[in-house]
Amino acid sequence: MSTVQPTAGTDFPAPVAAAPPRYDETILKYFTIAAMFWAIAGFAVGVLLALQMAFPAFNLEPYLTFGRVRPLHTSAVIFAFGGNILFATSYHVVQRTCQTRLFSTKMAWFHFWGYQAFILMAGLGYLFGVTQGKEYAEPEWYADLWLTVVWVVYLVNYLMTLTRRKEKHIYVANWFFLSFIVTVAILHLCNNVSLPVSFVGVKSYSLWAGVQSALIQWWYGHNAVGFFLTAGFLGMMYYYVPKQADRPVYSYRLSIIHFWSLIFIYIWAGPHHLLYTSLPDWAQTLGMTFSIMLWMPSWGGMINGVMTLSGAWHKLRDDPILQFMIIALAFYGMSTFEGPLMSIKTVNALSHYTNWTVGHVHAGALGWVAYISFGAIYYLVPHLWKKPAMFSKGLISVHLWISTVGIVLYITSMWVAGIMQGLMWRAYDEMGFLTYSFVEVVQAMHPYYIIRALGGLLFLTGGLIMVWNIWRTINEPKPRVARPAKPTLAAAE
Amino acid sequence: MTKDHKGEGNPSGPEVDEVSGIQTTGHEWDGLRELDNPAPRWWLIVWMVSIVFAVGYWVIYPAWPTLGGHTKGLFGWTQFEKLKVEQGEIFARQREHRRKFHAASFEQVNQDPALFEFARAGGAVVFKENCVACHGAGGEGRKGYPNLNDDDWLFGGAVGDIYRTIQVGSRSTHVDTHAAMMPAFGAMLKPQEIDDLATYVGSMNASQPPSVAWTNGRVLFETNCVSCHGAMGEGNRALGAPQLNDAIWLYGGDHDTLVQSITKSRAGVMPAWEQRLSVDDQRMVAVYVHSLGGGE
Repeated sequence: MSTVQPTAGTDFPAPVAAAPPRYDETILKYFTIAAMFWAIAGFAVGVLLALQMAFPAFNLEPYLTFGRVRPLHTSAVIFAFGGNILFATSYHVVQRTCQTRLFSTKMAWFHFWGYQAFILMAGLGYLFGVTQGKEYAEPEWYADLWLTVVWVVYLVNYLMTLTRRKEKHIYVANWFFLSFIVTVAILHLCNNVSLPVSFVGVKSYSLWAGVQSALIQWWYGHNAVGFFLTAGFLGMMYYYVPKQADRPVYSYRLSIIHFWSLIFIYIWAGPHHLLYTSLPDWAQTLGMTFSIMLWMPSWGGMINGVMTLSGAWHKLRDDPILQFMIIALAFYGMSTFEGPLMSIKTVNALSHYTNWTVGHVHAGALGWVAYISFGAIYYLVPHLWKKPAMFSKGLISVHLWISTVGIVLYITSMWVAGIMQGLMWRAYDEMGFLTYSFVEVVQAMHPYYIIRALGGLLFLTGGLIMVWNIWRTINEPKPRVARPAKPTLAAAE
Repeated sequence: MTKDHKGEGNPSGPEVDEVSGIQTTGHEWDGLRELDNPAPRWWLIVWMVSIVFAVGYWVIYPAWPTLGGHTKGLFGWTQFEKLKVEQGEIFARQREHRRKFHAASFEQVNQDPALFEFARAGGAVVFKENCVACHGAGGEGRKGYPNLNDDDWLFGGAVGDIYRTIQVGSRSTHVDTHAAMMPAFGAMLKPQEIDDLATYVGSMNASQPPSVAWTNGRVLFETNCVSCHGAMGEGNRALGAPQLNDAIWLYGGDHDTLVQSITKSRAGVMPAWEQRLSVDDQRMVAVYVHSLGGGE
């Protein structure tokens, strides 16, 4: 590597030829810890919700009823856990791949505390019944405005860091992170345009009404999945998978094609959330067909991630961190196939409003988003706290298998429950009467809700094991010496 | 940019990855490199096929907005037309039955097994969507909500009586509702008297007077209760006064519950379904409830 020169006007340390730049790492630690904190909170609330579905007595009035806790769960896992880990990794990756410090450490700290404040504002609001009633956009106007400020600071800090890069080309992970930051900003602004009833009250009314409001809401909702939960985490994948595998990315050309096709096509697919509603037929058709055309662009990321392991497959045998990442990519591939499938009108007529949708979302959320994050965190923690490795590799494996069983229980129970639910709702007898009443269908869901709660509990348990492992890694007094390979294995070499 | 870029002026240029034998693009970031593999052919082919499918779909179905509306597709498909066709198929199965049921009296329904089965099936659907919340999935009732399977009927158990009760409800907002109302005797009798009365009501059929309280209770019953509940506690459906000499209790036949019922009275409410269901749906659910086992 050639000499890294400080750029005039930066707060770089005194130039030392060939010395690596000093990165902003404390902020990364904070974001990582925050991500783990919110992950546990979000998973725990998810288990509470699952129990509420199986046993209504778990609705604790008035603050912990399903209607209030549900947005608490989704916001905690998506925006609090997902958001914080995206910030940690994007700030880590952008510094590393640009060979430069963050543009502004102060802005990063404002971003950190400002975002945690947003989470508290939103979450407390839900518990007190304050909501816009828009899925994944529940926070009211004051929280939305505050988030806008925080997000712009993030965007500026990220962009300015990119412009100070010491590398001519921008690494692929940064394309994805940037598309995530920019698009989420636009989505947030468009969907939340509203007029507060009073500047001292929490209530506001949306500028949008009727089917236009519905379309904008699902344009927002779907692209929150597309750009927050897909593009952002693909950015994470593009750094930590090749790092952990110690292999080059499989195909540069594939990364270009699938990046541009993914972001171009994703933005059109939102109407598939509104099939067979008052949304005009033509908009439904476009939503469905763009979802189908989105299948391969989505898979491009999976192919590039999985194939990056070619030549390093043997590492999968005994590296649980890499196992997390590969399972993440497998679930990513599975749910990005399932999504287009469910967008087909005839399939959607069965699957819509059922637990199948819930299962699909969690295949992506638990299997892809959480697993790629776990992989990245297990990579990051020893790296940031300057430890040779995680405290216990065995515990990483235990975490992996406990939560994988949890995911499998979750999604299979929801598949069965969802398809059964759809079929029961539409069943007519030969005299033209509905075969099942609504409450009979609810009753049939009961065993699957229990299985789902069990799956969630296992996933939470895995998360707690991870927290313990991270805690011990950080507080390990002396560097651990890698255990020598077992003699039997050595002989086989 | 101060860094020389490999492959663009750097003499070393793109390298060959030792493991795969594939050239890299020559870029490097924090030790990360990229191979110069092409996008997989099968991936491109499947993608193109999905695009062709989408274009074909746009031709067949309504798809793109235009200045004056939107493209209609080859066959003029709309979701409302689809709904009409599918509902039409369901309605067609019912049309003949519904026409006959509409014109038939309860007696005629009872004599036509096919029509009776239709009414029962339709009534079961209405019952499951509207009645189970109070009366239970099997019409078994619970405290304060009558069991519909037994022979005890507050307002009559013939199918016409049941239909009437469904129409107007009990203590509902309907002008003709069943409005039976027992006074709260707590204001009229002493607690000891109510206690004695409850003792009597709880075991009216005793052959020998079992206790002084029972005998006192019988005297109180004859003074205060017989006008509605009858001399033998046989009840009066015209007034909606429950039968008291059987083992069936709406709120419970134990001593404490009876004391409570006499002291404060009871006033359970059933809505008037005339305001919510079609005439035929009400008649079908009457047939269904009548068929549960207690119908007269």
